[in-house]
Amino acid sequence: MENKLRLEIVTPYGSVFSDEVDEITAAGSEGEFGVFPQHAPFITMLKTGMLMCKQGSSTLIFFVSGGYAEVGPDKVVILGDSAEKSEDIDIERAKAAMQRAEERLKKIDNIDFGRATAALERATIRIQVAQKLSPK
Amino acid sequence: MPTLRDIKRRIKAVQSTSKITKAMKMVAAAKFRKAQQRMFEMRPYADKMNSVLSILAGMTEGEVHPLLVVRPRKTVEVLVITSDRGLCGAFNTNILKAAMRHVAELKNQGFEVSVSSVGRKANDYYKRRNIVRRKSWSGISGKISYASAQEIAGDVIESYINETVDEVVLIYNEFKSVVAQKVIIKTILPIGSIEETGVEALPTAIFLYEPTQQEVFSRLLPKNIEIQIFRALLESQASEEAARMSAMENATKAANDMIGSLTLQFNKARQAAITKELMDIVGGVEALKG
Repeated sequence: MENKLRLEIVTPYGSVFSDEVDEITAAGSEGEFGVFPQHAPFITMLKTGMLMCKQGSSTLIFFVSGGYAEVGPDKVVILGDSAEKSEDIDIERAKAAMQRAEERLKKIDNIDFGRATAALERATIRIQVAQKLSPK
Repeated sequence: MPTLRDIKRRIKAVQSTSKITKAMKMVAAAKFRKAQQRMFEMRPYADKMNSVLSILAGMTEGEVHPLLVVRPRKTVEVLVITSDRGLCGAFNTNILKAAMRHVAELKNQGFEVSVSSVGRKANDYYKRRNIVRRKSWSGISGKISYASAQEIAGDVIESYINETVDEVVLIYNEFKSVVAQKVIIKTILPIGSIEETGVEALPTAIFLYEPTQQEVFSRLLPKNIEIQIFRALLESQASEEAARMSAMENATKAANDMIGSLTLQFNKARQAAITKELMDIVGGVEALKG
């Protein structure tokens, strides 16, 4: 138990991950941050981005979109709007989403500009996260 | 005395009714399983959210965010969640009765009460009684999305912040088991008192906030309201389908009982007719002999 962190990733669509890990890196709203065991209590908003955690010798990669991280000395709770493991990302779907968002952005009189930008960002990062693992 | 043909016709009618209720029961069962799964998936998130917030709320004084401010209660908003469709037993009646009781109680205590409702059944109910509602939503049960919860939450939060209401109470059916629903009356605003439902509370240490406490609260608190409403919608949905399932089961059983007793009646009538005919024949033969 010592020098281990309990990482829990939960979304409104269910629990994505819950296990002990050694180290976590995530994208906070103010920039990337890393967490080792015995971290000071800390709450941050999350950006859409990648969450990496080391578990023994292997590294797990997740896509996390929005939400919060609550960091305690021996556990980290991620409350994401959506989250998935990098292997589970549907690249085709993400690519389609990216295209849709790009098309929407091209129209100038766009009320949903913010939403389209966010969608584009999500899709782009999702693809990045998915590809991080696939070249192996 | 109904004729043979009348009875036969009734048996047919009851039979087709029982077929329908049986099919509806199966549909409800399938929908119920889906709703239940979504609800179970939602629960860990809602619980975690609650435990994070309870830690935070315990450590801050009211001034941080408008949603944490407790004003003297004058106007209480009651948000009633019902279903859009009927044929689910006492599901809607129970919730609406409980809501009425609660509203009456609040009025007795001298509060202004405004009512909002979700679901077509509540809509009909309040329209029949000419009760003015502040707001009503319908057509969302069956395809509950997070967006609809957001819409409702946004409206509720807005009226809380601009002080049209000073307290928001949620009334919905919580899913207990397939055969039992429980009417829940829950205060969601102000967020002053969040019960600790999480497993273990962290030692009350000082938290670091990023970007700022203000910012974190202004995002986390509305989100919590959304989540609570979303959860209530999902619970209500699962309860509705469960209630429909058992209502349809009962209806099917009742129909089958009825078919049984009608068949008995039919057979008795047939027997009587045959006996009568025989008597006639025997009577005729006797007369000829004579």
